[in-house]
Amino acid sequence: MRTIIYILQKEFIQIFRNRTIVGIMFVVPIIMFIILVNAATLEMKNIKMYVIDNDLSAISRGLISKFEGSRFFSITEMSFSLKRGEKYLKNDKADIILNIPSGMENNIINGKNEKVQLLVNAINGTDATLINAYATSIILDYNRQLIAENIDISNRMPFKNINVSFSHWYNPQLNYKTYMVPGILVILITIVGLILPGLNLVREKELGTTEQINVTPIKKYQFIIGKLLPFWLIALFELALGLLIGKLLYDIPIIGSISLVFGISAIYLLVVLGTGLFISTMAENQQQLMFFCLFFILIFALMSGIFTPVESMPEWGQWINRINPLAYLMKALRMILLKGSTIYNIRTEAISLSVYGILILSLAVWRYRKTT
Amino acid sequence: MKKFIGFVIKEFYHILRDKRTMLILFGIPVTQILLFGYVITNEIRDVHIAVFDRSKDHITLKLTNKLVSSGYFILEKSISSKEEIEECFRQGSVREVLIFEPDFARKLEKEGVAGIQLITDASDANTANIVVNFTTGIIRNFINELNPLINKGTINILPETRMLYNPGLKGAYMFVPGIMAMLLILVCALMTSVSITREKEMGTMEVLLVSPLKPLQIILGKLMPYILLAFIISGLIVFLGYFAFGVPVKGSLALLMAECLLFIFMSLSIGIMISTVAKIQQVAIIVSALSLMMPSILLSGFIFPIENMPIALQWFCQIMPPKWFVIIIKNIMLKGTGFEYVWKETLILAGMTVFFIFVSVRKFKIRLE
Repeated sequence: MRTIIYILQKEFIQIFRNRTIVGIMFVVPIIMFIILVNAATLEMKNIKMYVIDNDLSAISRGLISKFEGSRFFSITEMSFSLKRGEKYLKNDKADIILNIPSGMENNIINGKNEKVQLLVNAINGTDATLINAYATSIILDYNRQLIAENIDISNRMPFKNINVSFSHWYNPQLNYKTYMVPGILVILITIVGLILPGLNLVREKELGTTEQINVTPIKKYQFIIGKLLPFWLIALFELALGLLIGKLLYDIPIIGSISLVFGISAIYLLVVLGTGLFISTMAENQQQLMFFCLFFILIFALMSGIFTPVESMPEWGQWINRINPLAYLMKALRMILLKGSTIYNIRTEAISLSVYGILILSLAVWRYRKTT
Repeated sequence: MKKFIGFVIKEFYHILRDKRTMLILFGIPVTQILLFGYVITNEIRDVHIAVFDRSKDHITLKLTNKLVSSGYFILEKSISSKEEIEECFRQGSVREVLIFEPDFARKLEKEGVAGIQLITDASDANTANIVVNFTTGIIRNFINELNPLINKGTINILPETRMLYNPGLKGAYMFVPGIMAMLLILVCALMTSVSITREKEMGTMEVLLVSPLKPLQIILGKLMPYILLAFIISGLIVFLGYFAFGVPVKGSLALLMAECLLFIFMSLSIGIMISTVAKIQQVAIIVSALSLMMPSILLSGFIFPIENMPIALQWFCQIMPPKWFVIIIKNIMLKGTGFEYVWKETLILAGMTVFFIFVSVRKFKIRLE
């Protein structure tokens, strides 16, 4: 037992001697929170619309002013030249072109149908769909408005309508930041728990000092605890720091129990540390370890549901997520922080992570040899 | 000259011997393309909903049926009290609850209007928004079905949409440029800076410096293999994008490759700059990874459009090289534009390259401190 305490002391001293790493431990969470959380919004605002009005009638002007009044669209320019509009699209100065043909008012008054053209920059497919949906609904709204203004009372047939009202729970303003903060927390503690101990272990291997320790009476388990425990504590510290920043900067809700947040994160970190240890046994130098870890994080972070929902993934993707520890923690943290879920609600995640942690740690410890 | 070639060959051997890194270097673009192509999507699918039907008449049942048969929604459960809503959300089993008011059909018939309340679990704000829009859309369709008689002489403005540059609305169009930027920065900046810093840390840089090789030759020699590697990888990505997802190269391939080469040089110059300030590999790795990879993924406009970010952040994105590169790639590959449309961005990248090289030359020390 005393041995472990001495080893821990040594590890902590070594870690904190490295000024850069210490600086990074503090600076990185702050930067991540400031930049990432603000960057990750899929809200659409300020859709740049180019208007070509070949009709110049009261009806066409009415339609255009409806777009002007919408908070989603802003009109960049109006002209008669389709070529110029297309140039704007190519230059990304416009996202959508509204092309109103001449003679529209005449056709409408005579009861004929009239088409207006929408040309959308569809490189970003999701955005384009949304832009199209907004523009179409504004046009249809205008259509209804015209009908209402012009229809004869005696002609009117009873129109059945359903009033739809909606309310968003847990996040009434649809604040994307609230959604992103738990995600960033997961990434943060994963980086600290996976990359830092991994780099540490491989560095000692590269420099040859691990071999020195191997010839001492220090047992394998003592060495491993000594290497992993400091980073387990540091990662939990980062979690606390992250929560604090989230609360101070973005006022994120912390509805559930904080001790539950730390509890499930502590279990999760066992999985991450075990993975780091396992990868370090396979990597010959720091660069390789970095690439392995990068690979791991790039795949599992994207699949964990941080930006896009897990249910939207195809079946086989959701299957792979069963061995994705980030997916479990992401779900659990969001549930606890934003909805106040209890330990009963997250029991699946907690049990899965515990089992996963024990498995991967055992595997890593078994693979780690004192002798080369 | 012979000394130089010998040095370059040595560097090539170093890289080729490291099979594991090679594997991952080629594995990353392949898996990223697969992920983005098939897995990462904002599309609505299998949304679990619950229905609190306080009316239970033929209209509400018909509407519920319509929602479920749309294929987007799955009716997880029917609930019968307000308290159950909270528990459903806490459990994480449903994303949306529909509440039909009592006497729904009767109110619709007699008063011409009835109410539905949608409650979403907005802890996932983005999906909540999309789900509400979808549900409202389906309800609107239902309203039109309820009112089959159309007035004569009705006004009908029909919007006709054409999706330009990407008529199939393929997600691949967005991410292939982004993955290219990310991989090139990874290979060129990260690997170069680590390679040079490793030599410093191991002490072999000292050996190189006392050899007859000039410092310039040492740096160039170290860069050669990475230039080739990066070029091969960018070609691989374009190839995969085309064959797996049909992402075209509408513009000139030569211009595309030339711009890639420019970006490669720029990333290499960043790598060298980092290596001049990093004393140990750990620092080089972390600085490269955090200051380059993160922004190239998040701030280049590849996943999150820059126009939607707060103004301060948009200004910050302006100094991120990947942002300009992604614009150039998108224009050339997807819009088929020529140099006239990308000269501004190219100039910016070239300027950044010159700046980084300048800083590296100033900071490169040929003596050990």
